Amino acid sequence: MSEHTDLIEAELASEYEAGFVTDIESESLPPGLDEDTVRAISARKKEPQWLLDWRLEAFAAWKTMEEPEWAHVDYQKVDFQALSYYSAPKSQADGPKSLDEVDPELIRTYEKLGIPLHEQKMLAGVVAVDVVFDSVSIHTTFKDTLAKAGVIFSSISEAVQDHPEIIKKYLGSVVPARDNFYACLNSAVFSDGSFVFIPKGVTCPMELSTYFRINAMNTGQFERTLIIAEEGASVSYLEGCTAPMRDENQLHAAVVELVALDDAKIKYSTVQNWYPGDAEGKGGVYNFVTKRGICKGDNSHISWTQVETGSAVTWKYPSVILRGDNSVGEFYSVALTRGRQQADTGTKMIHLGKNTKSTIIAKGISAANSENVYRGLVRIAPTAEGARNYTQCDSLLIGDTCGAHTFPYIENKHNSSVIEHEATTSKVSDEQLFLCQQRGIDTEKAVSMIVNGFCKDVFKELPMEFAVEAGKLLEISLEGSVG
Amino acid sequence: MLKVENLCAGIEEKTILQGLNITVNPGEVHAIMGPNGAGKSTLSYVLGGRPGYEVSSGSAELDGVDLLDMEPEDRAKEGVFLAFQYPVEVPGVSNMEFLKAAVESVYAARGWDVPSTVDFMKLAREACAQVQLPLDFLKRGVNEGFSGGERKRNEILQMMMLKPKLCLLDETDSGLDIDALQVVAEGVNSMRSPDRAFVVVTHYQRLLDYIVPDFVHVLADGKIVKSGGAELALELEEKGYGWIEGAA
Repeated sequence: MSEHTDLIEAELASEYEAGFVTDIESESLPPGLDEDTVRAISARKKEPQWLLDWRLEAFAAWKTMEEPEWAHVDYQKVDFQALSYYSAPKSQADGPKSLDEVDPELIRTYEKLGIPLHEQKMLAGVVAVDVVFDSVSIHTTFKDTLAKAGVIFSSISEAVQDHPEIIKKYLGSVVPARDNFYACLNSAVFSDGSFVFIPKGVTCPMELSTYFRINAMNTGQFERTLIIAEEGASVSYLEGCTAPMRDENQLHAAVVELVALDDAKIKYSTVQNWYPGDAEGKGGVYNFVTKRGICKGDNSHISWTQVETGSAVTWKYPSVILRGDNSVGEFYSVALTRGRQQADTGTKMIHLGKNTKSTIIAKGISAANSENVYRGLVRIAPTAEGARNYTQCDSLLIGDTCGAHTFPYIENKHNSSVIEHEATTSKVSDEQLFLCQQRGIDTEKAVSMIVNGFCKDVFKELPMEFAVEAGKLLEISLEGSVG
Repeated sequence: MLKVENLCAGIEEKTILQGLNITVNPGEVHAIMGPNGAGKSTLSYVLGGRPGYEVSSGSAELDGVDLLDMEPEDRAKEGVFLAFQYPVEVPGVSNMEFLKAAVESVYAARGWDVPSTVDFMKLAREACAQVQLPLDFLKRGVNEGFSGGERKRNEILQMMMLKPKLCLLDETDSGLDIDALQVVAEGVNSMRSPDRAFVVVTHYQRLLDYIVPDFVHVLADGKIVKSGGAELALELEEKGYGWIEGAA
């Protein structure tokens, strides 16, 4: 064991060596944001000059931009100078020493979700030596399997070192640095994130998940993810995990880029359950994320599935640019808000290629005093002959103090296109509840059954075990939402 | 089994039941008939515990247990079953999932063994066959896209699975064609037993040709104005409710 401890200490020490932080005790950059911050992050990661230049350019652009106001959300603006823009993985000394020190409420939730003790420890940030070494071995076995298939799955920082040509080619190719305020900020200061590359003709032999990549768990508020599926490749990627992330960062401004070449397929699933703040709306994470995929090649396919129950404020529109002919874009979403949560989420489907097809199924559930918005754009370009879109937006209200709003935008520039839009708003009716209760089903169970039934179209798109967890997550999130 | 005394109840300030009395013993089938607006459905809802209905006075006991203070789910666990006049849809929740949750909750409360999934499936299949619903129906959402007849048969299916003590049937015959009516009635008749009681609320005598009651009560203006045997229903059919109301 002492040998293991030595290894960890050596690892941590080496990080300080490479460091640019003066204070040995602290592993974070001091708060504040200027050009030097960007340089420091880049230097810390030993990045090549071109990447530093790219960051600096983004930073210069960001300074000229203004925070967007159009979303249907209301929050205290972020003081960007008050944030720290880099935080290295926490050392053992910082985190809780054992599960006894972790908030019992959190443990209770993990238990309800059926998360094994071992994983609970990792999620709670209990960096015990055995866990570290177990994780390392998990990490290694599965890296071997992937390597045999030719799949690259690493942190984006590693990829910058190991595969600079791929990063240089694709980084910012789907979400340009200047795309929007938060994406631009992310481009300047992104700390880490995931990188996936599936070579031509390869079907990734396993579901990939950030969950296994322990070293990326504390990557902080500006994550950057890049997934590339070459011709005929396919991959399913799971982001986040169903347990509530114990995250102290107030602002999350991540960028995710997906690139699908000819006949490639990318399925990206998210279950997000960050701290939503308390019932009065104090605290909670601001989740301002830019997620976009491009169906670059013909017959390519990108599918976004998201189950969002966390964050105080969400601003997020996973989108697909359908450039290749016959390409397919899909968006399946469940967004649940309660307390004083605000979610403005939806998608954009940009049809450029011929016979492109998109499907949008969005389910919003609002409870208590929350506000839930679907905002979606379907654009059919003049080049998109024979494009089709089907959109279905359903809102479910629990109680009468919450809000549900739908803002669909449709821009059609080709007369051969077929666009269908259906929207419904319903309440968990007293009749439905009474039917369940009269059959002996307790109120909370009944509400959760009704809500899960409402979400079924989306849950069936999630990988099997994720779907089960997403269902449980909704159940937990709904606890106490019906008086 | 069921003892209702001087029950006064209504909805939104409006008193509908005005001092209703009825006693139902185990093994009996009571039919409650009456003109529209007499309070027939209100009686079923008040006994079932539907939110929104207020009881101002009186009592209702099931085997000596006060029902009126209980949550609807707890009444169900005591063995009260209400077959709805208009069963609602619960989209996306399969009949199977719904039935299983109900069976597990009620059986546990009544101290019966909760069936294993295999046994549960067996029970569900048998019940389906009895009410003549195809098996794939178990996979469909609760009442989702069902015809009126299918909904009513589904109610009887649930009743069979839950094996209640007291079955309240609220206008179960409304909207049924004659074939469905027979299926529903056969379902009910198959469940008649010395330790179970039925209160069948209906507007028409027709249902009572198939479910022959031991007692018939006429409900008018919120109370029972006349009681009799099965022959009373026939008399009502012939003379209309005006006859009773005139007499009352």
